[in-house]
Amino acid sequence: MIGRLEGLKSYLLPQFLIDRDDYRCIRCEVCARQCAFEVHWYDEEEDAVFADESKCVGCLRCATLCPTNALVVRHNPTQHPPNANWTREVLQNIYKQSETGGVLLTGMGCDTDYPIYWDRIVLDASQVTNPSIDPLREPMELRTYLGAKPDALKVGRKGGKPSLETRITPQLKLETPIMFSAISYGAISYNACESLARAAAEAGTYYNTGEGGLHRNLYKYGEHTICQVASGRFGVHADYLEVAAALEIKIGQGAKPGIGGHLPGEKVSAEISRTRMIPKGTDALSPAPHHDIYSIEDLAQLIYALKEATHWSKPVSVKIAAVHNSAAIASGMVRAGADIIVLDGIRGGTGAAPTMIRDNVGIPIELALAAVDDRLRQEGIRNRASIVVAGGIRSSADVVKAIALGADAVYIGTAALVALGCHVCQKCYTGKCNWGIATQDPYLSKRLNPEVGARRLVNLLRAWSHEIMEMLGGMGINAIESLRGNRLRLRGVGLTREELDILGIKHAGA
Amino acid sequence: MKIDVDHHAGLPGVFMRVDGRVKINARHLHYRELNNMIKGAASEGVEEIVVENVFGQRYIGSGIRRPVRIVIHGVPGNDLGAFMDGPRITVDRNAQDGVGNTMNSGLIVVHGRAGDIVAMGMRGGRIFIRDGVGYRAAIHMKEYRKLRPVLVIGGDTQDFLGEYMAGGLVIVLGLKGGKGKRSRFRARHIGTGMHGGLIFLRGEIEEHQLGKEAVAVPATQEDKELIRPFVEEYAGYFAADAASIMGSDFLKIYARSHRPFGGLYAY
Repeated sequence: MIGRLEGLKSYLLPQFLIDRDDYRCIRCEVCARQCAFEVHWYDEEEDAVFADESKCVGCLRCATLCPTNALVVRHNPTQHPPNANWTREVLQNIYKQSETGGVLLTGMGCDTDYPIYWDRIVLDASQVTNPSIDPLREPMELRTYLGAKPDALKVGRKGGKPSLETRITPQLKLETPIMFSAISYGAISYNACESLARAAAEAGTYYNTGEGGLHRNLYKYGEHTICQVASGRFGVHADYLEVAAALEIKIGQGAKPGIGGHLPGEKVSAEISRTRMIPKGTDALSPAPHHDIYSIEDLAQLIYALKEATHWSKPVSVKIAAVHNSAAIASGMVRAGADIIVLDGIRGGTGAAPTMIRDNVGIPIELALAAVDDRLRQEGIRNRASIVVAGGIRSSADVVKAIALGADAVYIGTAALVALGCHVCQKCYTGKCNWGIATQDPYLSKRLNPEVGARRLVNLLRAWSHEIMEMLGGMGINAIESLRGNRLRLRGVGLTREELDILGIKHAGA
Repeated sequence: MKIDVDHHAGLPGVFMRVDGRVKINARHLHYRELNNMIKGAASEGVEEIVVENVFGQRYIGSGIRRPVRIVIHGVPGNDLGAFMDGPRITVDRNAQDGVGNTMNSGLIVVHGRAGDIVAMGMRGGRIFIRDGVGYRAAIHMKEYRKLRPVLVIGGDTQDFLGEYMAGGLVIVLGLKGGKGKRSRFRARHIGTGMHGGLIFLRGEIEEHQLGKEAVAVPATQEDKELIRPFVEEYAGYFAADAASIMGSDFLKIYARSHRPFGGLYAY
């Protein structure tokens, strides 16, 4: 009795309507060729272009590429009976599930309107005293080192010159405190991966392989690559561990805390199979936990296994989803030997996650970051690991606020994909991304030229970095280091006492 | 990568060269010191490294990419051969958890029993355990092209044998005390989430012991030919009677589908 209903009229309404201005339309059929969801088609007999709006996902590829701007894609204005409880989304979800018997699936980060604390925090600037600095004229330091820092530095003398006696453990050197989040080859196309790798190398930062292994052609960007080791251990072998600049143990992901992942077999193409080192067409299952990690002690075991396997030559990072007791977990992670800890908030993106998990599990990154930074400081171990935050960093202002709240650097995922053309339609899991990003279809993925993609990403980092310098200069600060954890430069607007306490900031005016 | 041979390498009684072999006394050595010595000796091209008085040191065999022979006297710690790519390890006693974790190639022979998650995520090479193993053996074992991992367990296993298994070959002989007597296999949730590979069990199980993604059928003579060379290899290491083992009935357990979660989602 369970199973997809076939051949019956669906109760689902089209999410979008497409208005085609017939006077502007020149029948060039670009829309028909560009849409992998097969919304548009040209009818020769009628010499007209038609659309099946029920298939439209609102990615705007057609409207963007239409040479005469003949297309307007808009939200379907049809209204369900007004009801604050049984909203359109709720009803449509139930129709969909009653027709398929399936778990609701979605892509990208949580789109529900939990408070975005970045937008309730404002930055300080110098006025009269402590003069502001113009980064166009004066030196400004964004360079960031990620990794464990010693409790103290011992400086001795060697041959009459001062020399550092303390041995510093391996560090990642970033020219700007922004890295590209873990996105696997499989979730995104090879061209998207190459764009990220080339951009990271050119901008002096890092990108992260996610858990899909590393394509052979991208080994040359190893010095700018963070290789992930996740519960599925896909593509994890000696070369992969050796080529990486750092290794990251993925425990959790903001979009789907507590659950594993499935790359469906139809996406495991010949190339993906080579990179993940699994047979073609097999489901790639990532178990929810690492089955060798059931405790902090076990986590320590894997951290040191990776260090031992790579001769203690690179930092090891551990990534968790931001959840209720992140602060205590983070303390354990640092004590377990993580050199970098990554917190991924509830708005963190994904190629595919059950909608209910994405939208209901986890906590906003701002609160998790503040709580973790506080806890590590209170315990006197903040120096032992760098903090990287991810999950909803949308602009340079978000980066500056994150660093002032206590982060060492940020990961951007969605923002990077948007730079590559993503329109956040949230249909990554279909594998039909018309922008050539979240797809393995060669016809679609060639739409993203890695050279152009890398330039767009480098441009984004350059623009954000300059904006960060401007904001730092405005505060009279000339190094990002001086802003780290400097919460006095932040004020809350319209936040409750409790929120301010957790964020560790004063209200504006105070 | 160049590996510095530890300063202990010159100390008498700790690191010795005997007849072209290297002998290390692991007593009171931290795993980092011990592994540094083993790696150092391996990088010099030594063919055999004998390690004595091993007492719980972890990660032995990790980070070495040569087919060096490592003979362990004592009980090695967790993650023996983790991410291993080449070495051939023999242990004269029991091993602990995580033997062959994410191992790529090489050989591990344990003259005793091993703990939990033996061969977790293993992708290539062979592991032989004389006696039984703990929980979740061969979890997420996978195969890829020419890489086909093999795990042979002489005794029995705890629950969740072959969970999430995606490839490779697991052979459980159910021998008690090395005398070739069949025992009733008690593990539950065998092959839960299995989507590839094969498990051969000598003995019988009840339907409820099997995960719902796995199928068990009596092994045919042709199936048994698949495991014969590994059973013979096992018998060679541990002086067991291969002919009598091969003479008994085996169950073959395989995945119902290589797409266990194909229909789970609403598209």
